[in-house]
Order: sequence, then C-alpha cells, then structure tokens
Amino acid sequence: MTQVLERPARPAAATAAERTARRRAVLEWIAVHSLGVAAALFFVLPFVFVVLTSLMSDQQALTRDLIPRTWEWGNYAQVLDTPGFLTWWRNTLLYAGLGTVLTVVSSVPVAYALAKFRFRGRNATLMLVVSMMMLPPQVVVIPMYLFWAKQLDLSGTLWPLIVPMAFGDAFSVFLLRQFLTTIPDEYLDAARVDGCGELRTLLRVVLPMAKPGIAAVALFQFFYAWNDYFGPQIYASENPGAWTLSYGLESFKGAHHTDWNLTMAATVLVMAPVILVFFFAQKAFVEGVTLTGVKG
Amino acid sequence: MATYTLRAKRRRSALRTVAFLSPWLIGFGVFFAYPLVSTVYFSLMRYDGFGTPAFRGLDNWAYVFQDYPMFWPALRNTLWLVLVMVTCRVVFGLGVGLLITKIRTGVGVFRTLFYLPYLAPPVAATLAFVFLLNPGTGPVNSVLDGLGLPAPGWFTDPAWSKPALTALALWGVGDLMVIFMAALLDVPKEQYEAAELDGASAWQRFRYVTLPNISPIVMFAVVTGVIQTMQYYTQPLVAGKVASGVIGGSGQQFEPGYPDKSTLTLPQLVYNLGFQRFDYGSACVVALVLFALAMAFTALLMRRRGGLIQAGD
Repeated sequence: MTQVLERPARPAAATAAERTARRRAVLEWIAVHSLGVAAALFFVLPFVFVVLTSLMSDQQALTRDLIPRTWEWGNYAQVLDTPGFLTWWRNTLLYAGLGTVLTVVSSVPVAYALAKFRFRGRNATLMLVVSMMMLPPQVVVIPMYLFWAKQLDLSGTLWPLIVPMAFGDAFSVFLLRQFLTTIPDEYLDAARVDGCGELRTLLRVVLPMAKPGIAAVALFQFFYAWNDYFGPQIYASENPGAWTLSYGLESFKGAHHTDWNLTMAATVLVMAPVILVFFFAQKAFVEGVTLTGVKG
Repeated sequence: MATYTLRAKRRRSALRTVAFLSPWLIGFGVFFAYPLVSTVYFSLMRYDGFGTPAFRGLDNWAYVFQDYPMFWPALRNTLWLVLVMVTCRVVFGLGVGLLITKIRTGVGVFRTLFYLPYLAPPVAATLAFVFLLNPGTGPVNSVLDGLGLPAPGWFTDPAWSKPALTALALWGVGDLMVIFMAALLDVPKEQYEAAELDGASAWQRFRYVTLPNISPIVMFAVVTGVIQTMQYYTQPLVAGKVASGVIGGSGQQFEPGYPDKSTLTLPQLVYNLGFQRFDYGSACVVALVLFALAMAFTALLMRRRGGLIQAGD
C-alpha cells in the first residue's frame, strides 16, 4: 500500500531500483542457463560421441577423429546380422516382459496388505522387505545357483531369473506400498460398506487408483531385467542361446576387438529401447524415483 | 456380516492377510531365508560342486582373511568408493538438483537431458566410457591433449581407474537429481523470504535455510549410496574386462580387478571364488561379509526417523 502511494512522489528512485533488480535478474538468468548448458553438454556429449563413432568406417574409428568422414549406416545392419544378436533381443524381451508381468501380479496383493491391513507383525514384515531390497544378490547366489543348477538342472536358461519374480519382488512391494498408503481409507471403506470383499476392493477400487504406482513398478522392473548383467552371467553364460543383450554386448566387444564402430553401434542398439520407453513413460518413471526417496 | 462371531471374524481376517502376503512369504522362505542359512552352512564346508561337502570349521574364514590375495584390496577399494564416489555423487546430485530448480527457460528439456544417462544400461554405459576414456584415441584424451593437459590412462592405470568409474557414476546422477529436486521444491518459500528480509546472502540462505530442510534427504542419499557401493559389480567388472582386452566367449578366464586389483569390489570376489575357482565355501564367507555390511547400513537407514524409510506410520 505505502509503496503504491509513494511511487508517484519519487518516480526516478523507484525506476532506478527496479532497473538494478531487473539487471540482476537478467544476469542471474544468464549465469544459471550457461551453467545449465555446460551441465547438459556433460550429460549429452557421451551419447553424441558414441553415436558418431558408431557411424564411422572401421579405419576411422581407430583414429582420433570425432566426426565421421563417411556415414556408415551399414554398421547397424552388420550388428543386427551378427549371429546371436536377435536371439539376445528375444531373450531380453522374454526376461524383461514376463518378469515384469509376474512381478506386478505377485507384488500388488502383498503391497496392499502391507499398506492397508492392520495385523500384528506388519512393521516387522515391512522391515524385512526393506532389508531384502538392500541385499546384494551375491549374498545368496551360491546356494541359489546350486539349487537351480544341480537340483533342477536349469542352468543355461533364464528360468532361474524369471521364476523368482512370481514371488513378490522386495523393491516393487516397497514402492507400491508407499504409493498405496497415499490412497485415503475412505475409498476402501466405501467399497466395503457396499459389500465388496477385500479382493474385489483391491481389483475394482484400488487398482484403478494405483495405476501410476503400478506403471512405475513395471518400468523399474523392466529396466532391471533389461540391465541385469550378474543374473545372466551366473545362469546363462554357458549357453549363448540364452544370453540377454546386456550380457551379450560385452562378448560382442570381445569378438570385435578393434571395431569400436561396431561395438558402439551395438551399444546404441542396447541403449535405444530403454530411452524410447522412457520418453513414452517419463512421468510415471520420475514419480517412481521420487516416491522411493522422499515420501516416508 | 453380523452373523460372524468375533473370533471367527478375526481368524478370517488373519487368513486373508496370510493369503495376500503369500507370494512374498513363499519368496522370502525359498529365495532368502533358506539360501541364507545354506550360505552359513557352506561357509564352514569345503565344496567344489561335486561329491559331498566336507566340514572344515573356520578354515575358509582364515583363508579369506589371511591368504586370499583379493580380499583386502577389494575392501580398500570399497572404502575409497564410499569416501570419494558417494561424496562426489551426493554433492554433484545436489548441485544439479539446485541448478534445475533455478532454471526458468526450457526446464523440461534440461531435466530430461540430465536424467537420461541414469537410464543407460550399465554394460552399455561402461562400454561407452571405456571408449570415451581410452588412452590412445578416445575423445576425452584427444581434447585434453589439444588443450595441452596431461592425458591419464583412465581404465588402464591403477591410479586412475577408480576416478574413471567415479566419472561414470557422476554421469548417471539422474536418480539423485530427481530426489533432491523434489526435496528442494518442498522447502517452505516463507523461510527464504524471511532470510532475504534479514539480508542473508545466497550462501547463507543455502547454509541456514536449504540445508537444514533437506538434511534428511542428504542422509538418505548418503546411506543408499553406501549400500549401492556394497553392491557395485557390473561397472567395475565390465570396465576391467573391456579395458584389459581379456574377453572370451564366456569370460570365465578373466581375473577381475584390472588394472592391478584397482577395480575389485566384494561382489566380484563371490564370483571369482565361487564360479572361477569353484571354492564355494570361501565364496560364502565373502557373501556373509557382504551381508553383514549391507545389513549394518540398512539398519542405519531404518533407525533414523524423519525422511529416511519409516516402517511405522
């Protein structure tokens, strides 16, 4: 109020102060956005160099050149023609696709019980879930390997990695539980008053509201399987017919020892699907990351 | 509903709870409790996968701590990574998070670009960095050379391999950026306005308003960072393999840690002992050390109230 009344009395001073404030704002804008561009270069240039190298000829990839002299799009065809590469694609899709479906189906009821049921030992159960989430897979790998390989004779396949996903993945249970606790109890009570059993309540009322959480879990699980290196290394290494992209990619480098161009083309082909999926589901993914860290 | 007695109702609700939890209960027993007990059992046995395990008491434990040449280097590397890599990641993640909250123009584009590398599959990202940082013809050293700066051997030099892995970890800082960004946007605006009225400088506002507000998230980032470091496996193993040039079909002949044990981490020892030396007993000893370390830090994560994972509500 006072400012408005004073302004006509001292117009020159006000404009001068305003001008300094504006100049400062512009300077800050420039500083912040130059820093932003510098950071963006750090994050983007590795991708750029990888893609550029993937389009060079064999000889040029061994030089210090940064830009391809001739654009060898055929490199990608050559990678796709490599024996095994398409099998790795198929195996990865099986592992990631089937694994994701099994994880979601088995984790939702567990997360729902932990979020909405009152029972003794609930906190203890939740703490066990978190402990399992933090457990390096190497801790129990020896007995697990002996179990799958010696007793069930399933080494050389991806089943030892897919089957456990039908039994509730700790990380997915935790993330979904975090999400489900944000759904107000009133919705559930209303459904119960209408005579819905718990299963009906879960399927009809909770699931539609939990779609963003389920999407985030499905994405994380898909990426986990896509990126997994240790699992296929333990169970599938003896049988190249069961390799996944992440595992096969490394041996691709071994087979094409000096062909950085082909290796980088293969690298692009392994990265691209993940990045495409991200662009279609960016919101769900970022929400999921935030959910795991911030909301206690 | 009214026809049920209280006890029948209670039993029904207990049954219902067990039914909903059953997938996880089975998973917990078969894929966690049983193998964990089994790991303790094997840690006391001599077993190479054939014949029957023979009881050896604490021999495996003595071997791992005294004679196995990779154990202490791996533990030292883990300490280095906890001190340097985790710190760098948290500071850098916070810095990028702060930057993104200040950006006014094109924030969506910047956020996506900053986040994208976090999604790169670890094997692919590691291969990319071994190429980018290769000492002979890599783009990074070409640029450093051009500027007249020293060009280190990165993944081929024991002194530079962990800094190179740190650079790779900083590239994928997107997860922390998102978490810090959400925390920074949650800081009450009035506190900044009050500080500004009191004439606080930008640094003072950060130190006395921002930091206290986001300190639980910083703690969370540090502790989960430490736990992730305990699990650090794919990047150091693949970097070592690719940089050394020793990759065969199944890769079984590669001795992890190249160059000169500088990229060894504890999970790699489980693989080396169990699947390369077929000494399952000693592999289980390392697995239990890993278990103890991971659980100690997880307990830290769950005990602290306010911001960290809370079991209760």
